[in-house]
Formats: sequence, C-alpha cells, structure tokens
Amino acid sequence: MPDLLLELFSEEIPARMQRKAAEDLRKLVTDALVERGLVYEGAKAFATPRRLALHIAGLPVRGRDIREERKGPRVGAPEAAIQGFLKAAGLSSLDQATIISDPKKGDSYVAIIEKPGQETVAAIAEIVPAVIRGFPWPKSMRWGAASAAGASLRWVRPLHSILCTFGAETEEPEVVPFEVDGIVSSNITYGHRFHSAGAIPIKRFDDYVPSLEKAKVVLDADRRKEIILNDARTLAFAQGLELVEDEGLLEEVAGLVEWPVVLMGSFEERFLEIPGEAIRATIRANQKCFVLRDAATGALANRFLLTANLVASDGGKVITAGNERVVRARLSDAAYFFATDKGDLPDLDTLEESAGKLGLDLAKPLDQRMAKLDKLGVVFHAKLGTQGERVQRIAALARELAPIVGADPDLAERAAKLAKADLPTEMVGEFPELQGLMGRKYAELQGEHPSVCAAIEEHYKPLGPSDRVPTDPVSAAVALADKLDTLVGFWAIDEKPTGSKDPYALRRAALGVIRLVVENGVRLPLVDVVKNRAKGIFEADYHFSKYTFLSQLNTMRELFRDGEVAAEVFSDDERKIIDEAYYRDEDAGVDTAYGILTDRCAANLLSFFHDRLKVMLRDQGARHDLVDAVLGEGGGSDDLLLITHRVAALARFLETQDGKSLLAGYKRAANILKAEEKKDGEGAFSGAADLQLIAGAGLIEEKALAVALANATPAAAAAVAQEDYEGAMAALAELRPAVDAFFDQVTVNDPDPALRVNRLKLLNQLREATRAVADFGRIAG
Amino acid sequence: MAVSATLPDAMNPTRSFQGLLLTLQRFWAERGCVILQPYDMEVGAGTSHPGTMLRSLGPRPWRAAYVQPSRRPKDGRYGENPNRLQHYYQFQVILKPNPPNLQELYLQSLEAIGIDMKLHDIRFVEDDWENPTLGAWGLGWECWCDGMEVSQFTYFQQVAGIECAPVSGELTYGLERLACYLQNVESIMELNFNGLEGDEKVSYREVFLQAEQEYSRYNFEHADTAALFRRFAEAEAECRALLEKGESGERHLMVQPAYDQCLKAGHSFNLLDARGVISVTERQSYILRVRELAKACGAAWLKTAGGGAN
Repeated sequence: MPDLLLELFSEEIPARMQRKAAEDLRKLVTDALVERGLVYEGAKAFATPRRLALHIAGLPVRGRDIREERKGPRVGAPEAAIQGFLKAAGLSSLDQATIISDPKKGDSYVAIIEKPGQETVAAIAEIVPAVIRGFPWPKSMRWGAASAAGASLRWVRPLHSILCTFGAETEEPEVVPFEVDGIVSSNITYGHRFHSAGAIPIKRFDDYVPSLEKAKVVLDADRRKEIILNDARTLAFAQGLELVEDEGLLEEVAGLVEWPVVLMGSFEERFLEIPGEAIRATIRANQKCFVLRDAATGALANRFLLTANLVASDGGKVITAGNERVVRARLSDAAYFFATDKGDLPDLDTLEESAGKLGLDLAKPLDQRMAKLDKLGVVFHAKLGTQGERVQRIAALARELAPIVGADPDLAERAAKLAKADLPTEMVGEFPELQGLMGRKYAELQGEHPSVCAAIEEHYKPLGPSDRVPTDPVSAAVALADKLDTLVGFWAIDEKPTGSKDPYALRRAALGVIRLVVENGVRLPLVDVVKNRAKGIFEADYHFSKYTFLSQLNTMRELFRDGEVAAEVFSDDERKIIDEAYYRDEDAGVDTAYGILTDRCAANLLSFFHDRLKVMLRDQGARHDLVDAVLGEGGGSDDLLLITHRVAALARFLETQDGKSLLAGYKRAANILKAEEKKDGEGAFSGAADLQLIAGAGLIEEKALAVALANATPAAAAAVAQEDYEGAMAALAELRPAVDAFFDQVTVNDPDPALRVNRLKLLNQLREATRAVADFGRIAG
Repeated sequence: MAVSATLPDAMNPTRSFQGLLLTLQRFWAERGCVILQPYDMEVGAGTSHPGTMLRSLGPRPWRAAYVQPSRRPKDGRYGENPNRLQHYYQFQVILKPNPPNLQELYLQSLEAIGIDMKLHDIRFVEDDWENPTLGAWGLGWECWCDGMEVSQFTYFQQVAGIECAPVSGELTYGLERLACYLQNVESIMELNFNGLEGDEKVSYREVFLQAEQEYSRYNFEHADTAALFRRFAEAEAECRALLEKGESGERHLMVQPAYDQCLKAGHSFNLLDARGVISVTERQSYILRVRELAKACGAAWLKTAGGGAN
C-alpha cells in the first residue's frame, strides 16, 4: 500500500506552537481522507523549528467506488416532479433512469448513480492546499509581494516550500501536484540552516528521515528531547552535578533546534548569593538554559547547560563564552534587583499615609513595598478597588478566620498584610513567577515570624488539584482569606465563571477553599463569612463604585419610586419586600435591598461550592451523587468538612450488605408510597403508625418493624446531632432485618383500609428515618 | 564575502563602533536600500522614523536603511549600568515588500560585520513585536547570537492601525550591544568608537558618558513636568489641526508636519513617564491618545503620493 509524505518548510515556527501544529496537520489531513473514504493504516506528524511533516502509511491508490440509488417519482408523475428528479440525480433524460415495480405503490423511477472512487493522488491534491489555507495557527501572518493583495496565504511565518510525494515502496513515488499561492509542490527538502546547503530530493518517508539526519536535522521532537536530556545528564554527571530537570524548558528548547548540541557554561560563584529560584528563573526565562545542582548537597551550582543548534568548528568554545557573557549580565541584573529590594525605597516620606492605613513599619523594606503598592493605587479590578484595598480586606478576613483554623490572629493579619508586598519588588517585576517566593525570602531577611514567612509564599496554594495544601494554620488562614475575598468579590459584582470562561480562576479558588477546609479539618461557617464579606464589598466606597451594584443601590434611593433600576436587579417579589421596608423608612429599604443581595450572593456561592465539591469527588473517583444525597433538598449545609465526612460515611455504609439492602428497602418503600400518595394525596401517610392497631391486628413482621423504627429513628437522629455519621449509619443498619422481613411477609395494600394506611405510615416513618441521615432518593442506582 | 575585508583596520566592525555602523550601511546600500540619515527629532525607536512608520503604509515599494538615535528616558542609569542607556543607536532596515530571502540577507549582514556562522550559534526565537503608541504590530523573532539578542526581525502586519499591503520586513540591530559582543567588552562605555588605538582612540565613554549623566538628571529629576503636560497637549492639538488643514478632497497635503507633532507628543509622554508623574491608569490613556494621532497620520498618508494615492 502506498505512503504519503508531506513536509511544509517555513521560516522558524515558534517553539510553543510546534507540537500542536503537527497534531493539527495530522488530524486535518487524515480526517479529510477518511471523509472521502480513504482509510489508512497509520499516521504520524513531526515538527522542527523549520518544518511540519506528516507521514501517512497504507493508503489505497484510489477510493472505493460509490453506488448510490436515488428514488424518484412514480411513473406518470407530473412533468415538474420528473424534471426535478432528473436534475437532482444528474440525469439528462428518463432513459437513464431505471423503473422498479412495487406491488403496492406501482412503478416508479430510480436513478442509479455510480461514482468511481477518486484517485488518492487527486484527493490529496485537493485536501492539502485546503488544509494549508485554513490551518488553525494561534497567530498567523502575511508576507512578501503577494501580501499586497487582500486574500494572500497566511502561515505562522513565511512558508517556503512544500514536499508532497505519494507512492508504494516498490515504485518511484510521484509528486502530488498542487500549488498554494505560488508554492508548487515538489519532492525537495532542505537541511540544517548552517550545516547543509541546497536542495535535497526525497522519495518517501524511508529516505526522508535519514536524508535529514545526514543534513543535520533530527525530525522527531521527542528524539531531540531525548538527546538533549541524555547529553545534559551526562555532562552534569561528569562534573559531579545533577540536572535540575524541567520538562517545560526541555520541550521549548527541543523546538528551538534542529540539531541539538548541549554545552556547559559557568558563572561567578559570587552570584550564588542570589536566591536559587531567581537564578533559575533568569537563566531559564531569558537564556533557555538548564541549571545544575550539587548532587550531594542539592545546592545550586555555578554551572548551566545551553543547547546550541550548531556543531561549531571550535567545539563550542565561542558559543559557550557568548552565553556566559549574557548569563553574567542577567545575573548582574538579578543581583542588582535583589540588593535593591533588600534596601530602603527612596521616597519613604511619601509612603507614610499608606503605611499608617495598613499598619506597616516603614523601617522594614518589605513593609515599604506594601506601602508603595498601596500608594501606587494599582487597580486589582475596576469594580473591586485597588490592591491596597484588597490587602486590607484580606488582612481583616485572615484575622477573623485565624481562630477557626487555630492560627494566631496577629500573625495571620501580619502575614496577610505582607502577602502581596513582593508584587512591586524589582525581582517579581522581572520574574512574575517568583511571586510569593521572593516575598518569603525578603520576609525572612527582615526577621518575620517563620509562620508569617511561610504564609507569604504559601497563601497562593493550592494552585490545582495536585498542588500541596498548606498546613501551617497561619498559611491556611491567609490562603483561605485570599481565595474567599476573591470569590465573594467577583460574586458580589456578578462576574461569575460561565461555561469555559473563568478568567479569574474562580473555580480553582473554590477548589482551593474546599481542599484547605477538608484537608486541614476546618469547620468554616461559610455562609456567615460570605455574607459579612459581601456586605463589606457592597458598602465599601471604592473609587470605582460607579460601576458596582452599590451605585445602582445608591441611585436606587432616588429611583425607588418608579422602581426601574430596582427591576433590573430584583424580582417582583423582592421589590415588594423592599418597597414595604422603604415606605416605612428609606434606610430600612436600602438595608433590605443589601440584605437580599448578600443572601443571594451567599446562596449562589454556596451552590457553586457544592458543585465544585462534586467535581472534586468525581475527579477523585468518588460517588458525587452521594453529595446530593447528603445535601438533601433545600441546598444543604455550608459546612464543607461535614459534608465530606457524611459522604464518606454514607459511601462506606452503602458498600456493606446492610447498606445495600436498606437502600433497596428504602427504594421499595418510596415507590409504594409514591404510588399510594397519588391515590390518597400528598401527606396522607404522615404521622406515626397506630401501634395499638399493630399490636391488635398486625403481623409479627409489622410489629418488628415498628419496634425497630422506634429504636433506630431516635438513635440515628441523636448520632447525627453529634455529627457521628458512622453511628447514624450503624443505627440505620439495625433496621435492615426488620425491613427485609416486612417486605417478605407483609402485604402493604391490605383489603382492610385501616391496616393499609397504618402500613403505609410505617413505610413513611422508614423514609423519614433515613432522610435524617441522607436523602436516599438521590442516590443513583 | 565579508564587506569588512575591504575596509581599513580602523573601520573593522569588530574593533570600531563607527566601523560597525558604516559596514551595515554599506552592506544594505549594496542591496538597493536608500541610506537615510537619522530623523531630526527625538524618537524612541527607529520604527518611528517616517522612513519606516509612514513609508511602510500603502502599495509603493520602498527599501531604506539608516541609523536612528533612540531616546528612552526611562532607561537612563546615569551612565552607571553597563548595558542600559537613555540614548542609544539602532540600525534600521526596512524592505517593502519583504524579499523572499530576507533571513538569508540578514545572516549575510551578520557575516559582513564579522560573525562567523561556523563558530556562532544564530537562532530565530519567537517574538511578537508590538508598538502600542504607533498602533503597529508584526510577527517575527528576536535574533540570538550565542544566547544574546542582537536584532529584532519583524514582518509588519499592521502600522497605524492599518493593514500593511504589502508587508514590510523590518530589521533592527541594537548597535551598542552588538558592538560589545564584537569587540568583546563588558560595558558599552568601554567600546572603541573610532577603531584607533593609543592616543587616537576615542571610546564610547568619551563621546556619551557626560550626556548620559546630564540627561538622566534631566529625565528623572528636572524635566519641567508642567511644561511637558502643556507641550503634550499643544502637540496633540497641533497634530489634529494640521491633519484637518491638510485635507484637500481625496488628497492630503500636510501629513509629515502633523506626524512630527505626533512624535513630539510621544516624546513628552516618555519624559513624563520617566518623571513618574503618570499613574498606571493614566498611562494607558496617554498611550491611546498618541496612538490615535499616529492612526490619523497613517490614514492621511494613504492620501498622498508617497502613500500610493493616484
């Protein structure tokens, strides 16, 4: 079976786009082939800085013939129908149609259309230009003389040549003929920019890869990565060092070279006084080099590894020296930033107001930076005030949360006040990814409490489902305060995540709160916290308040009478309540409006948390339907820790035979009740069963269930009240034999109406008893 | 073939700053560029020169190369930082439309100034260029030599908010940095300016240190901010007035004087920014105001002969 080889040769493709582009090329071309009925055995795409390549193996020479029957009108149908049929089927006269007979419907016309399968070469010649023209580059450009016209070809960088051959192993492959904006397909490729000159003719994939290797191009990015990684490890090992591995950097570097050559450079030891992370950040971000550490001590070494794209005639001495120069200059900058950040700011007298407001000590460098951040008035979000205002909110909240997480309130407040102080430092300005970490370093240098230092770094955590959750109570307090402030803020201004849009990473923040609470065993009164914070945000007079709900409410004072503004924000029922309060007293009206908004904000945010909790449990492979069962109707608890405990206890219970059986019993009872309630009406079986009647006329199993319920119901309720969910489950488990026996022996719908109602009441009691623990009706399966 | 081979020693680009500059001029002159002189106004980059900014708009072919002194008031360090200056030279090449072999031409220019492709690791690293005050953007690369950025290589896609048709290729060489590498010195001030030795040698320090110190004082401490705010507003108003007065039916008769005022506004803004009197929020609005001027000038340029109007 023949193979296809396609190569799109261009100027340097950005490293970060190469892998996806290769994948897109593979998918677009193979999808289009399959759509035409051309199936293949295998396809693999490749990318280097200067080319995308695609190899598709095992294609047929031509597609399958297609035979299609198109039904037409019956014989003798009106002329218009006949003409329509002929046109649609592509026939010139009825002679070309076949007549088929049907005993019921009579004779009718059928057009049999036979299309011979398309030559694969022709299909490729149509598909590839279309794929090139519509290629989904994240950013593309026009170039050259052709760009004078409106609709010239767009590519990521100028596209220079296209190699496209098709043919079987045993024969000379043919060039698939097509042209895209003046570029004519050929069997020509080009090698390494500096190690190879001129055109290289190619037959197929089998000679393509070795020809490129000869021309100093390693086609496969994964092979280039392997080469870089192996050479880097070997060079490091020879010096008694260890490579600080970095998958992201490796991927990028492999996209910057066609022929990787790893070289080792060094820098002056004096630069090692700069925090290692900063050294790594500058060498990585600016130079795309790897750093190394001492294999024994783990300390950063004054060496780095660069990946050149050249086998230099001097063995790489000049290249290494050049890179060392740049690294030296960069580290000099970093050393300067570090020294500057440790020193006093020049304009301290202008910072006194900010320092006073935030309770900062201007004798300390990091405090100065926080005062500066406040003074600069950098906007966090137009509707949520400045960074300074945000830090004040977080500090107050951290203090409030401190006792709940077991942290010292003073330390939590102090940590919160310094948490964002590294944002205006030179180092973080240059390397934003060092935020938090540099704050910690500077806090340590000015002698802050260790928990404060840790919290400054850790308050951003956890950054995702697999990131570590901080355990130091001070860190937990500030981390919770930071995330809750963000969540409540964006809920208050009604900028919730929608669909795939979550620009402020609010889902991640909510997951962070859940993990902080659950993994640290924190009992957080979420609704109260949210309401207090939302109220604060509604009432705060930010400079930007003209955009917020607040202003709508302020102007509402004036617009209350015609109710128009209120109608945008509140429902009719809500407006009725507000109006009533307002006519009593203007302030009461506004307070009521605030109250409704905060309640709504809290309820909405709580259900967002519940959703996130379900997602988290689902991602952990747990049963998220149990969350619904535990939450029950009406929204459920805001105690996330308790919810997870209940879910865990319920899950364990449902694994047991008692649990499974009781669930089955519950479902049976619920189904019977549902059916009978339809006849007798909702609530017809509420209330306790008549024990006298049972004692007198009931069956033994009926009596047993009544007794079991009388014991289990209060026991389960008592256990729930004490948050002993295992105990509650155990109490319910006691019901199982009685329930099983009841359903075995007792006919619920007894002909005696009194007995029937009484039995249904028993089942209702069973339903109520389980509901105290979880809504079994919401459990799937 | 390296052009330097034909130059006297003192003009060798690996020894002489002015030699570097002259070698590049000669190289690009031999490839059909008109060699312009620096624009006689304060600009932040060679792109602002009307020879690039205006000429890159419209259909008419254009090839030019020139040195442009670039003023970046905020980058001043009183001459104390080895790599940062508030005034430095850019060598600018603009080719419209870009020839298909622009990368090869660029590499040849590096060879011309003494960079041996067998010894040095040259790389094209993604860099999407954008100049918000000129409403311009393009795609291209930072060109690296042994890990150091030595040039900016851009295919202009939009200038003054107008689609480039055809696209121009722009090359910008940071001359001081390139010279430091070629001459193997660690600080710009140590550069040999004239390529001579002994008593005859003139260093970059002798030519520019005093200026760096004086202008840093001016830029950061003493520039009259009230006057600058005023000048910004005046230049903005005059630019608009000239654009209006230059309107003549289908044609425009005064684009370049108007564009000068746009440049003046831009420089006043840069000085105010260096003086730290523009807040973060205001900053954006000043940039937008200059961009609006640049866009209006670009639109007017298309109504001139240079802009391809018939």
